[in-house]
Amino acid sequence: MTNTWQDIKNANVVLVMGGNAAEAHPCGFKWVIHAKIENHAKLIVVDPRFTRTAAVADVYAPIRPGTDIAFLNGVIRYLLEKDLIQHEYVRAYTNAGLIVKQGYGFQDGLFSGYKEDTRSYDKTSWDYELDGQGYAKVDDTWQDPRCVINLLRQHVDRYTPQMVSRICGTPQDKFLEICALFATTAPPDKALTSLFALGWTQHSVGAQNIRAMAMVQLLLGNIGVAGGGMNALRGHSNIQGLTDVGLLSAQMPGYLLLPKDSELTYQQYMATRQYKPLRPGQVSYWQNYGKFFVSLQKAIYGAAARADNDWAYDWLPKVDGGGYDIIRAFEMMNNGQMNGYICQGFNPLQAFPDRNKIRRGLSKLKYLVVMDPLDTETSRFWENFGPQNPSDPAKIQTEVFQLPTSCFAEETGSLVNSARWLQWHWKAADPPGEAQTDIWIMSGIFHRMRELYRKEGGAFPDPILNLTWDYTNPTDPDPEELAKDMNGRALVDIKDPSGAVTLHAGQLLDGFSQLRDDGMTTSGCWIFSGSFTEKGNQMARRDATDPREQGLAPNWAWSWPANRRVMYNRASADPAGKAWNPQKPIIEWNGSKWAGIDVPDFVPTIPPSDAAGPFIMNAEGSGRLFARDQMAEGPFPEHYEPFESPSPNVLHPKVKSNPAARVFADDRAAFGSSADYPYVATTYRLTEHFHFWTKHALINAVLQPEQFIEIGEVLAKEKGIGQGGWVKVSSKRGIVVCKAYVTKRIKPMQVDGKPVHVIGVPIHWGFTGQARKGYGANNLTPSVGDANTQTPEFKAFLVNIEKASAPPA
Amino acid sequence: MTLSRRGFIQITGAGLAASSLGALGFAAAGPALADSMRPFKLTHTTETRNTCTYCSVACGILIYSLGDRSLNATSNIMHIEGDPDHPVNRGTLCPKGAALLDIVHAPTRLKVPKYRAPGSNEFKPVSWDFALGRIAALMKQDRDANFIAKNAAGTTVNRWLSTGMLAASASSSETAYLTWKVARSFGMLVFDNQARV
Amino acid sequence: MAGLQSQDYIRRSASTLTPPSIRNHEAEVAKLIDVSRCIGCKACQSACMEWNDLRGEVGHFEGSYDNPLDLDPSTWTLMRFTEWENDKGDLEWLIRKDGCMHCEDPGCLKACPAPGAIVQYANGIVDFNSDACIGCGYCVKGCPFDIPRINPVDHKSYKCTLCSDRVAVGLEPACVKACPTGAIMFGSKSDMTAWAGERVAELKSRGFADAGLYDPAGVGGTHVMYVLQHADRPSIYAGLPDSPQISPFIQGWKGVLKPVALAGLALAAIAGFLHSMIAGPNEVQAEDEAKGRRLLGEGDEAP
Repeated sequence: MTNTWQDIKNANVVLVMGGNAAEAHPCGFKWVIHAKIENHAKLIVVDPRFTRTAAVADVYAPIRPGTDIAFLNGVIRYLLEKDLIQHEYVRAYTNAGLIVKQGYGFQDGLFSGYKEDTRSYDKTSWDYELDGQGYAKVDDTWQDPRCVINLLRQHVDRYTPQMVSRICGTPQDKFLEICALFATTAPPDKALTSLFALGWTQHSVGAQNIRAMAMVQLLLGNIGVAGGGMNALRGHSNIQGLTDVGLLSAQMPGYLLLPKDSELTYQQYMATRQYKPLRPGQVSYWQNYGKFFVSLQKAIYGAAARADNDWAYDWLPKVDGGGYDIIRAFEMMNNGQMNGYICQGFNPLQAFPDRNKIRRGLSKLKYLVVMDPLDTETSRFWENFGPQNPSDPAKIQTEVFQLPTSCFAEETGSLVNSARWLQWHWKAADPPGEAQTDIWIMSGIFHRMRELYRKEGGAFPDPILNLTWDYTNPTDPDPEELAKDMNGRALVDIKDPSGAVTLHAGQLLDGFSQLRDDGMTTSGCWIFSGSFTEKGNQMARRDATDPREQGLAPNWAWSWPANRRVMYNRASADPAGKAWNPQKPIIEWNGSKWAGIDVPDFVPTIPPSDAAGPFIMNAEGSGRLFARDQMAEGPFPEHYEPFESPSPNVLHPKVKSNPAARVFADDRAAFGSSADYPYVATTYRLTEHFHFWTKHALINAVLQPEQFIEIGEVLAKEKGIGQGGWVKVSSKRGIVVCKAYVTKRIKPMQVDGKPVHVIGVPIHWGFTGQARKGYGANNLTPSVGDANTQTPEFKAFLVNIEKASAPPA
Repeated sequence: MTLSRRGFIQITGAGLAASSLGALGFAAAGPALADSMRPFKLTHTTETRNTCTYCSVACGILIYSLGDRSLNATSNIMHIEGDPDHPVNRGTLCPKGAALLDIVHAPTRLKVPKYRAPGSNEFKPVSWDFALGRIAALMKQDRDANFIAKNAAGTTVNRWLSTGMLAASASSSETAYLTWKVARSFGMLVFDNQARV
Repeated sequence: MAGLQSQDYIRRSASTLTPPSIRNHEAEVAKLIDVSRCIGCKACQSACMEWNDLRGEVGHFEGSYDNPLDLDPSTWTLMRFTEWENDKGDLEWLIRKDGCMHCEDPGCLKACPAPGAIVQYANGIVDFNSDACIGCGYCVKGCPFDIPRINPVDHKSYKCTLCSDRVAVGLEPACVKACPTGAIMFGSKSDMTAWAGERVAELKSRGFADAGLYDPAGVGGTHVMYVLQHADRPSIYAGLPDSPQISPFIQGWKGVLKPVALAGLALAAIAGFLHSMIAGPNEVQAEDEAKGRRLLGEGDEAP
């Protein structure tokens, strides 16, 4: 989230598209209700199904799964054509006027530079025209046909309301009603907030779905302001934290990237990370990259990370081929390229696409370690549970360890919520039986490994033997010590130019501005620097005071970065430093500095007259309507059909689906066609359950006891399926047999003149826990991901449905 | 708050007596049980502040446990409700959060380490020492056999691809940081979290 | 605040004595359920089960989101979902939290032959005292909202207590506290009525011309009230009675017959006598009647 949960109440229009906030995030959704009541806001819901969010919406529009970009590009076209954008914001704060290189183009569904053999782009043409000093050329009058706004205008010209309706199945009048509501937030003092989640990410074009909306928000001037922003609601209690700390294949803490094979030395690695400003006077904060990197290496390897060994650069594993996401991991497992897998609080047999492929992969492992508070399906993948898990234990040679862990109530530490708040929590009781914390278990594995390497030697032991482990209790480090590690400290006395000591050796840092690239500071996660200082544990703060009741609560817990609550908040003020919305200012220029109710997302002393842009992490200082080389499939979002789709791509039939998405051959062979699987399926969560956990909780099992799919009345009638009757849903990859909920909330959509039926598949059932046994929804889902993130396409795929008889009890 | 646990026991006795009288039609006997009808169950429990383990709204919760943490009392969590001070949830909880008690005490909570041998059709309880020792041995064996120090071009890459890890989504950032350190020191790259699913 | 005591009673079932009602300056409380803010998340159901230590059976999917399918001795509140197409043809998903309405004029209490099994406190809460309950099921018949349920194991009647244990120590009921969207509010009846007025005005401004407060006069008003988008048609909300009334017979029984009957008759005889007498005039529907008999362990003999 760019903004906070409570800030949603400041919105004038709330868009829930690509998510179902009322069901997935009920307690956050209260702020939508507050926006409606206190701010007379309108709530728009765009979803294939009439959800519980739609139940309280002012406007609901259906949309065919996987066509959000067509819808949003249509919105952009509407706003540009009717000139309903916030001009001053767009001119000053976006790259609308920057001129794009000759050579960039788009034709027949492909951007310039496409390489069919590797399904990727040579992106050199996706950039600005530079002047002699290396700055991007600009035309603030927007006359140049190659400035971003004109290229955008040209790109979205095809997305007329007729075309949107033809692709999305959304009735034109609903689409136009929604466009008009969007446009009501173009005035400087009005804001729209976008609330989204997996409904946008779990597509082969997921990242571009979100980009398209971010572009809408830039055009409307809704980024950085109260009641605005792009708000990814996020799924798990600390998935933001896990991402922040870099627990992803190619990541390091604080969104630093692991080196690639081609970056042979630290100097080469840093050469592409200089982030020289692309416009005069820009902050381009990533210029500090080296300070964050060196301080991390010092935190991890201590004295062993030295200037003369490039801060132990070679000890970091180098990434090839874009990294090892989960789809690739299970492809490798199926190919016999993996021997071991550790699942820490994770249930891939339920969570990952194409369940049969997941089971086959796990069956080929030599060992599987599952650390979990609960008896998960994954830990029992080898056991025969009938049709829901037809394994033959005798044929599975995998050694499986099921390690009992503590749960939230039995441990102390911090979690990062979707609004980037680091909140400390305290242990209430001991875990049951012999269960232990993940910290204890990971430490136990590490110590045993380190001992083995110390005694026996082995492959490249240096990083293992030199890993910093100076905790008071090495077998069970205190969470506070780990939190201080991430915050960082001075390693030696640090002096200012006058020679006065500003930081004593060992002192905890106040924030990341004190980090250095000379090895004198440490910080295990630079964006968390400031969270645990000499003033104490900032994450444990419990002062709920909220200036002007604007929804920031700046002294409650601690928010990264630098306790900032609204990202890009410099953009809440106009170029002269006055709030766009005088009723709800966040920060303003007071004549000598930026000040207000939030920590400025800006250098506090740079005056408005310097014309530095508010998007300080971007080298051009502005928000990007044109993404340069940041996206895999193009600098503008383009509509591509899901990999399994009942419709042709009416815009460019030859390029139907995302041309830059990676598809493994066996996964492609497992795609079905609309001839055999004529209906569009989409998976989702029900409010009564959380993933595959709460089926273990009796109350939740009572509230939603048994698996079902949702189907519209028209299709049910066609297929002779009665209310609550048994059905078999099949994709080319597997089946689900369960009951049907025949509902008025799903209606057929007219897509390119033909009816498209949607079948809803809730995901929560498996074969352990208290709820009734069911088939994982991932029996049906395809193994293909977004081209940038490899997030699986769970939200749009093809199935068939037939009436079935009740299985034997 | 007037009812202690001891009070509850006494009053239940009174209630029993009253009910039998009531059944006989002696209406006036009722008042004796009046203040016992529904004793407030949290009176002397211990309150601990925590965060809901489910979604990223991160609602503040109050965990109530049996016992006052004196030496001879073992804390047992007996009720969880929303933290009214929390700026986001303001005391509210969703149907999952309101039922957190049932995940804490789920009958399918794991209590001892278990091991399933190749080809076996059952889990057997094992000691932590066996489990962690065996895991470390398997990992080292695999790492030593398959560690890639240099790629085909002869470039130093120092990676280990044949064992992978999925990191938790509800563990603390401190756990995450420690896990990151351990996994990367081994050279692991097949390493992911639950952000996408 | 002290726990609720007999001094807080204003009514007591099957009693000739007028409750002392010493504490007659207590404010009346009310729960306001604003259907227009409800997202049907069932947090109220979950919190109710957790607080009251109730766990029913893990049921089946029965072709709706209503789970369990009906109120039962372990389900004191329940979301009822209705997919309703309005006059414009647009779908509205009407979601109503069902449960005890805590009537000002409680039909259950009036029908109850067991002394002190049902009481009404000065704050308006109608509470069941299981210890005194004889399991006769008249509260089920007396209730115009079809709320109480008899547990076939202990033959006691159960329903929402409005968390009288929480209210007694100054807390709001568990469902109210949990409700994520503020669709359930709690306070004094006058505050809730005033707030409902604001909500109704806002709904009217959003085009719900018939929005209104449900606080039915037929039962003297209720301490659980609804804000409805379509207050002109309560029954579209999963059969919320358009105009709930206590059966005239129960009114009479309360006034004259009950004390007489109690004085002279053994309980079993009372039950049989009353059952045959009440079955006619009572407004309980046939299927509820059957359900009631089933719960009471009675056969299929005609009433």
